[in-house]
Amino acid sequence: MISIKPLLAVLVSLLVVPILVSSRTPNVREAWTFAAASAKFLIVVSMVPAVLRGEQLVYTVAQVIPGAPIAFRVDPLGMLFALVASSLWIVTTAYSIGYMRGLGEHGQTRYFCFFAIALSSTIGVAFSANLLTLYLFYEILSLATYPLVTHHQDAEARVSGRKYLVYILGTSIGLVLPAMLICYHLSGTLAFSDQGFLAGTGPPQLMTILLFMFVFGFAKAAILPFHGWLPAAMVAPTPVSALLHAVAVVKVGVFSIVRVLTGVFGIELLSWLNLGTIVCVIASCTILIASLIALSQDNLKRLLAFSTIGQLSYIILGVGLLSPKGITGGVLHIAMHAFGKITLFFCAGAIFVATGKRNISEMVGIGRRMPVTMTAFFIGALSITGLPPAGGFLSKWYLGLGTLQADQITMLVVLLVSSLLNAAYFMPIVYRAFFCPAEMAMFENRVQEAPAFCVVPLVLTALISIILLFYPEPFFSLARLVAQGVTGG
Amino acid sequence: MSSQYPGLLIIVPLLSALLISVAGWVNKRLCFPIAVVGLSVALYASIGLLLRVLAADPALDGGVVLYRLGGWDPPWGIAYYVDRLNALVLVVVSVSALLNLIATKNDVRESFSTKIGAFYTLYILLVTGLLGITVTGDAFNLYVLLEITALTGYGLIAMGGEYRAPLASLNYVYMGTIGACFYLLGVGYLYMITGSLNMADIASILPGLYDSKVVLAAFVICMVGVWLKMGFFPLHAWLPNAYTYAPSAVSSLIAPLMTKVMIYVMIRLMLTVFTPEFTFSVLALQTSVVWLAVIAIVMGSILALGAPDVKKMLTYIIVAEVGYMVGGAWLGNRAGMTGSILHIANDALMTLCVFLAVGNVVYRVKGYGFDDLRGIFVKMPFTMIGFVAGAFSIIGVPPTCGFFSKWYLISGGIEAGHYGFVAALVFSSLINAVLFFKLIEVGYYGSEDAHHHHGTTPVSMAEAPVSMVVPLLIVAGGLIAVGLYTGDIVARIIDPVIAQTIMD
Repeated sequence: MISIKPLLAVLVSLLVVPILVSSRTPNVREAWTFAAASAKFLIVVSMVPAVLRGEQLVYTVAQVIPGAPIAFRVDPLGMLFALVASSLWIVTTAYSIGYMRGLGEHGQTRYFCFFAIALSSTIGVAFSANLLTLYLFYEILSLATYPLVTHHQDAEARVSGRKYLVYILGTSIGLVLPAMLICYHLSGTLAFSDQGFLAGTGPPQLMTILLFMFVFGFAKAAILPFHGWLPAAMVAPTPVSALLHAVAVVKVGVFSIVRVLTGVFGIELLSWLNLGTIVCVIASCTILIASLIALSQDNLKRLLAFSTIGQLSYIILGVGLLSPKGITGGVLHIAMHAFGKITLFFCAGAIFVATGKRNISEMVGIGRRMPVTMTAFFIGALSITGLPPAGGFLSKWYLGLGTLQADQITMLVVLLVSSLLNAAYFMPIVYRAFFCPAEMAMFENRVQEAPAFCVVPLVLTALISIILLFYPEPFFSLARLVAQGVTGG
Repeated sequence: MSSQYPGLLIIVPLLSALLISVAGWVNKRLCFPIAVVGLSVALYASIGLLLRVLAADPALDGGVVLYRLGGWDPPWGIAYYVDRLNALVLVVVSVSALLNLIATKNDVRESFSTKIGAFYTLYILLVTGLLGITVTGDAFNLYVLLEITALTGYGLIAMGGEYRAPLASLNYVYMGTIGACFYLLGVGYLYMITGSLNMADIASILPGLYDSKVVLAAFVICMVGVWLKMGFFPLHAWLPNAYTYAPSAVSSLIAPLMTKVMIYVMIRLMLTVFTPEFTFSVLALQTSVVWLAVIAIVMGSILALGAPDVKKMLTYIIVAEVGYMVGGAWLGNRAGMTGSILHIANDALMTLCVFLAVGNVVYRVKGYGFDDLRGIFVKMPFTMIGFVAGAFSIIGVPPTCGFFSKWYLISGGIEAGHYGFVAALVFSSLINAVLFFKLIEVGYYGSEDAHHHHGTTPVSMAEAPVSMVVPLLIVAGGLIAVGLYTGDIVARIIDPVIAQTIMD
């Protein structure tokens, strides 16, 4: 079904850019951002019923290269991701206002402007109908996030910005671009399809090389050893870390890999060449190593970054299992992890705004000072660890079932060990925040939370994390549709 | 009227050049308007020509507009041939020259107040030469026009205010003359063996003579001459200094157009005069030339990394880009040739874009060193939007046009199995990313020690005049528009050109 809605969903936040630049009053500027975010969300939501009915909305923007136009296609996988990103943009906008004004940051107009561009390209990636369009928005996202990462414009930001560009642009130009061209040369098309388009086009060795080029080339997914940019990017203001480095940017990387695995290679080809196992091994190494590194971090945001690196590979692992339940779990984890992790980042930011503290060792007893924030933190941590009553439990449950369905007991062990590690690095923070002896507490026994613009969003995302366990729609149906589509049943 | 387009294209700018030199004595304020009128007519004529060849049916008359200069029939008289290939180049040349003319008006008025007549005379003559090279179907006439562009170019470059400009120009005189002589020598050999100077005529006589050593010598000597003129590594040594020390208004005219028109001449020689059969089948040079291009790309990129200032860096990027186009043309397949032709247009536009932006910066900051760019994003935001668009196109970020020509070039490399060329293009894209982000970083961070985390920014806005910014932004927008219309450009303009002549 041809529909212009996907294009509108992408462009609506770009339309706000000129207005952002020209407006001189912050309140008007933020009102526009809210309007754009809400409009984007509504457009995305309006497409949900059609997608749930099994229809696909398509729209071609320009015929640039034969077999590879700039075109959009809305399918369950893209819809799930777009829903997560566009809904969290609204929440993050509110949070940004509290955070940026609370700290009196400079260059706020630039900040909101590039935030809008970043969200545009995120939705663009989600709705891409082919590899070329995906690459286009992937690159725009890389470039649009650079000014956000380096927002502080100091020496530290400069170093991190360089690292960011080297990893992200280096891999996308150096690995993904050639891989994409080889795919085009092999098959004459780049359009994603449920069965993939590479089957029977080249020798197995070439397929393996291509797989490596794609999996490592989408460095936004932060698979080891291409993860170094993510902890460095934590110099950015916290809302950037929260939305972009827990949801949009990193998930774009993971989404691209999932898209390539299912829509370019196809599950059948992957299992025939046994490439799924390779993906699983790469992902599980990343999961375990990142979790171990996270244990040793003192800076809260860096800890969250390493935790993110581990959690991202859960999604890849789930798809690499090639079993319907594993894919369901992996795709569902895109949503569950997003709500859990953004809560944690919001909390880290709120703590910074309220107390100026960044390190965990300085947060002993902070539960008495900021009870709401730390309770939300606890819920987020539960979700990431995969414990009820938070939504993360559901996706991990399905991932576990997926390992059994695929007969990969080793991977089940990896999942369990990793969950233990997650608990090991999160729970001490929560425990010491609430249950430390009075003489060790670093804060007075007086409740003083961050501004309401900071606290309300994080309470909201924490609540959603809980609700998602009991009512995981429409994410769960979408994830199931993805699994059905790509496994053919 | 429309049948006279090829004539108008040359005659009107030529006459307006004369008028300008007169006006330079009478009333200096008249020079600029006359120049604008001259180039506008040229633009009108070239767009008219493009529409005409697009409307023509390639199967019927080859889609070629033939124009007999002075009414003499070819092969005796000079004939202008316009097909889709040079119609495209004509539009690119006239659009770029006109936009640059308007964008640099303020700069020229201030830099050359006393020599304004001379400047615009040379400027318009240079553009006339470029248009003539593109439109002519006569091998010797091409040489004459080549010298017109070269001589005017030497003059314009030497007008640069820096003390090194005359020396750079002199160097260019030597090398450019040698290049032109090589080309003339090659044409001489061709005339010796075929007795003709008309390109189409030569092409029809040559097939029986492919085994002749004279033809081989003519081809190789012509090629070397053209390569020297386009600055194909290692024959590039004159280029960086000449383009760097030239005045801004000249750099942004010559840098985008001169090398690109020479690429066009090379492709014309390869496809029309010597026919693809000779170029790719009879000669066994193909792979070696692509390897030369690989070296050009890699060396251009590396030299750009070591460049001491912004303009020098951009000129070395041109050296690398010339390697892109030579390599693509010599891959010997449709994708490579498409990429090469497409890149003529795209590279002209993106080079124009970055040079115009640098021109604006020089106009305000009076320098083009890396340090002069500090805090430039705050100082000149609109100029920098244009610059960044051009930079992204050169890096090859979609949807700017640079991505799509690179796409065709790389797929040509894959198709030909020439992975050295593929690797060189990827390498060069990465280096370009490093180069431009180096500049963006300098511009973005401002002064080293200013940590304006909470404070106000110390730099205030000082944007170039509107007349300089608007043309720049038009070019920048054009980069994206051309990118999005790549499909049409390739299908309607470039594909038929290659279909007439070669390959698969």
